[in-house]
Amino acid sequence: MMASHWIIAPVVLPAMLGAFLVLALRHDLWLQRVFGTAGMVALLAVALGNLAAASSGPPQVYLLGDWPVPFGILLVLDRLSALMVALQAGLALAVTVYAVATGWDTRGRHFHALMQFQMMGLSGAFLTGDAFNLFVFFEVLLIASYGLMIHGGGGARLKAGVQYIAFNLVGSTLFLTALATLYSVLGSLTMADIAVRAAALPAGEGAMLRVAVVLLFLVFAVKGALLPLQFWLPGTYAAAPGPVAALFAVMTKVGAYAVIRFHLTVFPETTAAIGPMVETLLMPAALATLVVGALGVLGARTLGRAVAFAALASMGTLFTAVALGTPQATAAAIYYTLHSTLAAAALFLAVDLVRDRRGGDGLDLVAPPIAQGGLIAAVFFAGAIAMAGMPPLSGFLGKLLILDAARGPVQSWVWSVVLVTSFLTILGLARAGSLVFWKAHQSPAEPAPHPAEPWAFAALGLLLAGLVALTVLAGPAMDWIGATADELHARSPYLDAVLNARPVAQALPPEG
Amino acid sequence: MELLIAAAVGGLTAAGVYLMLRQRAFPVILGLSLLSYAVNLFIFASGRVALALPPILDKTQAGYTDPLPQALVLTAIVISFGMTGVIVMMALGSWLHAGDDRIDMTDDDRAAEGQPPRDRTATGDRA
Repeated sequence: MMASHWIIAPVVLPAMLGAFLVLALRHDLWLQRVFGTAGMVALLAVALGNLAAASSGPPQVYLLGDWPVPFGILLVLDRLSALMVALQAGLALAVTVYAVATGWDTRGRHFHALMQFQMMGLSGAFLTGDAFNLFVFFEVLLIASYGLMIHGGGGARLKAGVQYIAFNLVGSTLFLTALATLYSVLGSLTMADIAVRAAALPAGEGAMLRVAVVLLFLVFAVKGALLPLQFWLPGTYAAAPGPVAALFAVMTKVGAYAVIRFHLTVFPETTAAIGPMVETLLMPAALATLVVGALGVLGARTLGRAVAFAALASMGTLFTAVALGTPQATAAAIYYTLHSTLAAAALFLAVDLVRDRRGGDGLDLVAPPIAQGGLIAAVFFAGAIAMAGMPPLSGFLGKLLILDAARGPVQSWVWSVVLVTSFLTILGLARAGSLVFWKAHQSPAEPAPHPAEPWAFAALGLLLAGLVALTVLAGPAMDWIGATADELHARSPYLDAVLNARPVAQALPPEG
Repeated sequence: MELLIAAAVGGLTAAGVYLMLRQRAFPVILGLSLLSYAVNLFIFASGRVALALPPILDKTQAGYTDPLPQALVLTAIVISFGMTGVIVMMALGSWLHAGDDRIDMTDDDRAAEGQPPRDRTATGDRA
């Protein structure tokens, strides 16, 4: 069967559009807005089409340049990668609409072009089936994120930006070291081929391979902000422009996706040369991340930092589910990925609305009530309920699924840490929200007038609607996600699809 | 040959890590560059060190050296070059804005050195 060319569209479309926006439309903001938003809609449509294709059949393989499998670069569209691309495209559409509605894209140049390049990097990182190619797409998404991070300029943002870049450059160096070590041991960089070769390695000869695997997971831990490599996250997210911080909610998920992909498909615990090493290391780090995130929410002095720490705690919850390592826990992790991306993005956008109207998001700042304060407070509390994992929104279901999946010796640890940190997060967000939204009413001053910005609220509504849909349609969603987790744990659909992929030229009849 | 490459990778990494832990942007960027040189050499060595052999299969030659790490190094060099360019520009912007190139310095540290606090109003947000 010939693979569909739609698989590469989520990479090629933003790449072309981004270049077009920079080269042809750099002087016309309105055309940039039209093309940027249209590009996001098109990307979402393609991503949904790919999602439908992936859910109705086995994983599809796209051979770039038609090279046979272990030699060329390839893209793999399976259920998980299709889902992540769709999630990223939906989030990017909401962020773009929000940035246009609030005028964030006027505060610096090339916002829409950078967004497109960011999409290219994210799609590529989710779709690629080659480890070195994953590094390249990580760099693409990072270099776009550097530009977005300092969008709007300013001293505090530039300072946080330099730290963010320095941290990620070290991460890239580690990634290259890991890949070189991997290549020197196994002689291949195609993920499926690595999996086969690693499984064939005898148990006693895995020392170098284990070094490579640990380095690789360290890199993903940097991306996913796993303790003790989480230092970049709170400062970066709190200093980044609101819509960019919302988009970054999916950037940490790239780390989580890479961990799921490498842990389940490439180096499962049945690999004799590695064993259950990854899970042993991942579980304590995940629980510690959760604790640090929850304490950070409680101790934050600005609303932005409180939300950033809540996002950190959600990564801890997510990695806890990944570390459990059963199909049920993986399904819970995927569900929680969807939920926490949308919830964190909605909260970051709400914080940006507050910051904009209040002149700052410090909790000790005494300010009069803000324009549209009731609506913003309602949105913030909806997001906070979802983020903290209270009923009735999807955060509750997500945490319930994770707790349900945690059986056996780790049960007491996982249950106590998840439940106590949920309580701390509720407390911290409730404190931050009441200081910002309710204490303001002690001031007799009228709210300063501010444009209503209905489209900004529409973008926020889109994210919250996603959360509500995840809650209401949790049954069908979990059926679909459960099938995805089974496919990941079975491994053979992915590996067979890649290893049996044949170049198109071989399928054609010979000429003459 | 092996000893030379190993020593070069080790030396560059050590110097890079040392410089990266400094507090000013300039040594940090130099340190990051040294680290990227070290990792480039390391990738090159991951295809085994072979002297005077062509990177293609050739019947007249005794063997071949793995061409893939050389291609990977090329990619890595281009990417690290671009990234270094970006961080230099960012550090320059940060320096022009704040008046010094300290990587991380709180207002308390600045006060201890008798410098004025950083300008916090100019964050680019609508206030």
